[in-house]
Amino acid sequence: MKKTNFTTNKQSFLERIHIDGFLLLSLLCLMFIGLLTIYSSGGQDWDLVQRQLLRLGVGITIMIGLAQLPILVYQRVSIYFYIVGILMLLGVLFFGVVGKGAQRWLDLGVLRFQPSEIMKLAMPMMIAWFISRNSIPASVRDIFVGFVLVFIPTILIAKQPDLGTSLLVSASGIFVLFLSGMRWRIISLIGLLGGLFAPIMWFFLMKDYQKQRVITFLDPESDPLGSGYHIIQSKIAIGSGGVDGKGWLQGTQSQLEFLPERHTDFIFSVYSEEFGLIGIIGLLVMYMCIIMRGLYIANRAQNNFSKLLAGSITLTFFVYVFVNMGMVSGLLPVVGVPLPLISYGGTSMVTLMAGFGILMAISTQKRLLSR
Amino acid sequence: MAKARQTIRDHSAEANLFARRAFFSAIFVFGLMSLLLINLYDLQVNKHLEYQTQSNGNRIKVLPVAPNRGLIYDRNGVILAENKSVFSLEIIPEEVDNLEQTLAQLTELMAITPDEIARFEKDKLRQRRFKPVSIRRQLTHEEVALFSANQHRFPGIDIKARLSRYYPFKDTLTHMLGYVSRINKRDLAKLKDQGQEANYAATHDIGKQGVEKFHESKLHGRVGYQQVEVNNKGRIIRVLDFEPPEPGKDIVLNIDIKLQQKAQQEMAGRRGSVIITDVKTGGVLALYSSPSYDPNMFVHGISQTEYSKLLNSRYSPLLNRATQGLYPPASLIKPHLALIGLEEGVITPETEIQDRGFFKLRNVAHIWRDWKRQGHGTVDVTKAIEVSCDTFYYELAYKLGIDSIHERMGEFGFGNFTGLDLYEESRAILPSRGWKRATFNESWYIGDTISVGIGQGYWNATPIQIANSLNILVNRGKRFTPTLLKGYLIDGSIENVAIEQKPPLVINNEENWDIVLDALYGTVNRENGTARTAFRKTSYVSAGKTGTAQLFTVAQDEEYDEENVHKYLRDNAMYIGYAPFDNPQISMAVAIENAGGGSSHAAPLARNVMDYYFDELRPAREMALAQKNAAKIKVIGISLTPSSHQSSP
Repeated sequence: MKKTNFTTNKQSFLERIHIDGFLLLSLLCLMFIGLLTIYSSGGQDWDLVQRQLLRLGVGITIMIGLAQLPILVYQRVSIYFYIVGILMLLGVLFFGVVGKGAQRWLDLGVLRFQPSEIMKLAMPMMIAWFISRNSIPASVRDIFVGFVLVFIPTILIAKQPDLGTSLLVSASGIFVLFLSGMRWRIISLIGLLGGLFAPIMWFFLMKDYQKQRVITFLDPESDPLGSGYHIIQSKIAIGSGGVDGKGWLQGTQSQLEFLPERHTDFIFSVYSEEFGLIGIIGLLVMYMCIIMRGLYIANRAQNNFSKLLAGSITLTFFVYVFVNMGMVSGLLPVVGVPLPLISYGGTSMVTLMAGFGILMAISTQKRLLSR
Repeated sequence: MAKARQTIRDHSAEANLFARRAFFSAIFVFGLMSLLLINLYDLQVNKHLEYQTQSNGNRIKVLPVAPNRGLIYDRNGVILAENKSVFSLEIIPEEVDNLEQTLAQLTELMAITPDEIARFEKDKLRQRRFKPVSIRRQLTHEEVALFSANQHRFPGIDIKARLSRYYPFKDTLTHMLGYVSRINKRDLAKLKDQGQEANYAATHDIGKQGVEKFHESKLHGRVGYQQVEVNNKGRIIRVLDFEPPEPGKDIVLNIDIKLQQKAQQEMAGRRGSVIITDVKTGGVLALYSSPSYDPNMFVHGISQTEYSKLLNSRYSPLLNRATQGLYPPASLIKPHLALIGLEEGVITPETEIQDRGFFKLRNVAHIWRDWKRQGHGTVDVTKAIEVSCDTFYYELAYKLGIDSIHERMGEFGFGNFTGLDLYEESRAILPSRGWKRATFNESWYIGDTISVGIGQGYWNATPIQIANSLNILVNRGKRFTPTLLKGYLIDGSIENVAIEQKPPLVINNEENWDIVLDALYGTVNRENGTARTAFRKTSYVSAGKTGTAQLFTVAQDEEYDEENVHKYLRDNAMYIGYAPFDNPQISMAVAIENAGGGSSHAAPLARNVMDYYFDELRPAREMALAQKNAAKIKVIGISLTPSSHQSSP
């Protein structure tokens, strides 16, 4: 019945350009809120807004572009994409440019970029491709190999050091494994191993500043003017916003610059201060719309590769949202994760929009395949 | 099996599996989102007030604003302590791009010393970067002008003005006015105890000595507040509310600066003190302690070397000799003792003794000499004061006994604070049996009493006590508290404070006052009076008493020879006096250390000051007053009868 619907109805313009209208509308709404908040938190600087607008434009263009590619292409390039990603990460390790105390950038002459961003997409593609070669639930052997594939780039990124990204990248791979029907017993085992891995990370992989972040998370008051300052000020901003907020451009915590990283990582605090709980609920609803739509798209996708990839992209997106909101409200330690679609910033925006491009490709192209 | 799975795929089973996992994921997402929302609800609803308070605490700062300190005037409205703008050069480190280069340029302009730079660097570390740090304090007017002309070259550097105390009469009023200086830890602790800490939150200086200290609460005023919104760096964004400070009261002292200056001039090169009081109110017209120093040194922080110079000087300039100097009152207390003798009935106006130059007790080998070796011959109570006969008083004291002397002299204020409005006052020592027991663990001997009879022995007194006791005599028992504070200057007119009075000293026979005061008259005006030479041919009639305090005990068979006695063991010269005799206005107490005899050193000085007062100052003041009144009458005349005067264009 559905089939007949798709074949008989005339395709709309959005469908013809492989765009999911619902998803696009939600994205645009969030972007608009993001621009409003950037304007407020950046000291009402139009320049900042314009630069963000430009990035959003680039992001949307990339999204639309990627939405046009057939799924088969993604399926085929997955392994090469992954290999190139690994090589680049190795390149960073040996020839990388140091910035902000970490070696994350690769200088390609014309542009500098972070290979870890490529990995954010290459990882779920690779794992989804690898798992979908066979039927699901995936065999123990596939799961094991999958974990090895997840582990390699994770370690490379963590070495830079960029703990936040390494965790997000590994999460995107693990989500694929989870969605592919990994046994609960194995999940439990992984949890146990993770517990054992934590002390190893603490002693061998984490740098002092990262450890400090964890300590600060556990007890922000221990250093109210030092590293605890961010989280204390952020909680004050959110808490003082109350139910209806202080009003746009009226947040004292942000306008008087008590909040750190106001238009990037801590933009959610600014939003919460100015728009209150009502605004937060609105924002969460919009995020939920995107996530639920993503899971819906995944569920309706035609093949396992599409399902696993769409599911992973959606859940990773959720993790971004959750980690950012969790960290600024004191639920999670402070790791440098921006709030997707809202925070000011370029690189992660491009990756994110590329992800949505793939999601849209999956959402619309299934019909072409099924025809 | 694996092969079979590869070939035969159960698409619907796979789809179901994925759907289950996706569904589970959705639950997972909802769960975590709820957790997030619950936490945010907790922050924004449950803990809203707490965070609201913290947010306001972040942004709203209440800054105290210092009140202007009250000014101090003399009785005629001459300003004795004022507030002057002092300028300091301040740098805001945050606003200077290249501090080192800027400092170098500044040094070129006004020769900043390495010391100043070192102090600046030290202060800078203790401040936040947007707060100004001074590089040079107390700029001269030339420096202010020079910098102002070059200000455009120095962004982030500014001249800051602050009001600071200035004493225009410098060392003339030091011991009485005292001075203010930066609030130190001890002051802070005291302010905390008094609950005044908040009131002084913005205040820089506090009264440390003298009137500045005693009347601190009136001079200081009440702190004001500025409620400001600040950003994360503490920089003020805007003022939300302003409650102006209440300035301190302007106070008027009883001091007459002209008289004070005269006293200083007379005391030049000598050590001691001069006190002049208004007999009818107890108001202190002049109070000078010599040597003195410039109190302005203390206002901006005195250097260690200068301070130790003052502290270690053998002349003790820091001591207020008028209120803390301990001198044997010597013959100055003879009139008081005579009055006590008459009152106790130990002597009568008719009592006469034969003075052969010494006093001796039966069965005691020791003899007490009169200052006049050959004695004064027949001496009654009047002559005993006029010629300052010691023998008469040896006997009188012997007959009175120490207990009676102690009690009665206490009524004249000896051995206690006079109540003068200065904290720097000593009780001195009016000895008694109990005092000697407590101090030396010895019993009182008759001999001790006899020395006390001429104001020597264990007895010592401060000049202010002596001046106070004289006023009690002159006022026939009325006891005015010596006071510096006359009133407050409110809207250009003086509002006097009530004259402080203790219950009067009541005696049985009022005529005894006359006997004693007549003897004081005789001292100055009759043949043989010890102050007669000093006060010959004055335009006014005065009365007084000389005193010469021994600091050096002459052996029984020796004569005191000024030349042979060390400079610092020479006699103190003292004088008390008042004038005019029939209608007393002013009284004086003069004490000069190691000068010699009272009649030859202290009395002439007192005369000079009194001459100045009665012959120059008072006529000039009366003339000025008359002119002022005449002008007033003229003005009134014009306004009342405008037609009677032709106005010329």
